[in-house]
Amino acid sequence: MKRKAAAEFLGFSLLRLALLLVLAVLVIFLWDIIRKGGGQLTWAFISQLPRRGMTEGGILPAILGTILVTIVTALLAIPMGMFTAIYLNEYAKQAGLTRIIRLAIRNLSGVPSIVYGLFGVILFVNLMKFGTSILSAGLTLGLMTLPWTVTASEEALKTIPNSYREGSLALGATKWQAIRTNVLPYALPGMLTGTVLGLARAAGETAPIMFTGAAFSLPFLPHSIKDQFMALPYHLYIMATQHHDLAKARPLAYGTALVLLILVLGMNSVVAVIRTRFRRKRRA
Amino acid sequence: MTAANPKMETRGLNFYYESKPALKAIDIACAANRVTAIIGPSGCGKSTFIRTLNRMNDVVPGTRVEGTILLDGKNIRDPGVDVVDFRRRIGMVFQKPNPFPKSIFDNVAYGLRINGHQSKARVEEVVERTLREAALWDEVKDRLDDNAFTLSGGQQQRLCIARALAVEPEVILFDEPCSAIDPIATAKIEDLIHKLKQRYTVVIVTHNMQQAARVSDFTAFLMLGELVEFGPTEKIFTTPASKTTEDYITGRFG
Repeated sequence: MKRKAAAEFLGFSLLRLALLLVLAVLVIFLWDIIRKGGGQLTWAFISQLPRRGMTEGGILPAILGTILVTIVTALLAIPMGMFTAIYLNEYAKQAGLTRIIRLAIRNLSGVPSIVYGLFGVILFVNLMKFGTSILSAGLTLGLMTLPWTVTASEEALKTIPNSYREGSLALGATKWQAIRTNVLPYALPGMLTGTVLGLARAAGETAPIMFTGAAFSLPFLPHSIKDQFMALPYHLYIMATQHHDLAKARPLAYGTALVLLILVLGMNSVVAVIRTRFRRKRRA
Repeated sequence: MTAANPKMETRGLNFYYESKPALKAIDIACAANRVTAIIGPSGCGKSTFIRTLNRMNDVVPGTRVEGTILLDGKNIRDPGVDVVDFRRRIGMVFQKPNPFPKSIFDNVAYGLRINGHQSKARVEEVVERTLREAALWDEVKDRLDDNAFTLSGGQQQRLCIARALAVEPEVILFDEPCSAIDPIATAKIEDLIHKLKQRYTVVIVTHNMQQAARVSDFTAFLMLGELVEFGPTEKIFTTPASKTTEDYITGRFG
């Protein structure tokens, strides 16, 4: 008996230790960025253009660039991802070809982001002649996000019990009516969660936008989606490693990192709020 | 044994899961305004049978149907038949109550709305009428906006019956409607089935032989996908023609 209890204690302790380690890394990481970047976080920093070779002034073009690119990404990835998932889960025959397609989509989510970047250069920048622009970068990120959106949306659809579909069909609904009125409304919060997590990840990517539209430094705001742009993650990369005066750029790099984190966490919280609201409505 | 006035009828109905036969040459005629019960041990194909009657098995991958299913003498498996339209004419109440995560009112109104009835007055009238028909109105009239999940299991099943009635079906299929609810709620649903046959043709699958004896006019006994015996309930339960039927209804197996 004693040995069993000891083994139990040892097992639990190991699991707890693993959790604590993960938490510790996260806390140290956040604390470091907040401590070093917090001082930078002024109204001027987020509302002004960069000055003096990006050693002074703000990062407004980078914030705006990231937001605009993410909007383009969302416009591609959300509808296409959701529609693909609906087709795969609700309409496609669950046979050989569908399985291969699904496997291919899962595999695409494992392709390194730099490869998407190169593909974006070939397809959007050169072939479709969108040039290096917000449009090209956003579409590239959209392609990269699609596998996530599709997979997350499909998982959300799978959680809806079949009895909702059959109950609806038995009342004389068409398949699309059953899906639209009795499946999608309940799957949407889950679909949205997965999608926005994918978008948040895309917003923080550097490699895919490096060749497709992000600029080293552009001390003005973009006028159209065919313009080049600054983006927070790329700006951070430059400030941290490529700048000619790294010592002077360092605090601004931390400030940029903090803004990027806030933006991404903000997106995730919005989704969390939407999800709880949906859930309350469903249970009410 | 054929009913004088069949509302719904199967002829030589075969059904396969992948290549495994689940129903073999089933001929059953369901008389209009009568209750036809399908009984048999677990896995005999009774649920499969009732789900072919509104072509619900169409949506299950890997299945195949052969034979004729007649509704008012017309084969519902003909290529030209609009499956959506005829499913509206055949209501179904499932084994486990399956209210939708909506208000009580919206559950009953659901079928009307998808069939294009939007007029508020008409929807309200039908919701009240069918909830009364399903003997649920008095229990829910003050809480129509509550979520249907707040109802008890028996109430949920009566809600599903009201929901099925709202689209004015001609036939109502019950797939073991009482297997997930308590005896008192079961008695209420059996009462209801008695009343429903005045206006509808009823087919009920049940694993409970007493229930079949209580509610049905005709009984079909299935075993291993084959129709062993079909006839007036009284005859099946008093003087069955087949030894197997007798053994089953006297509780020697099953």
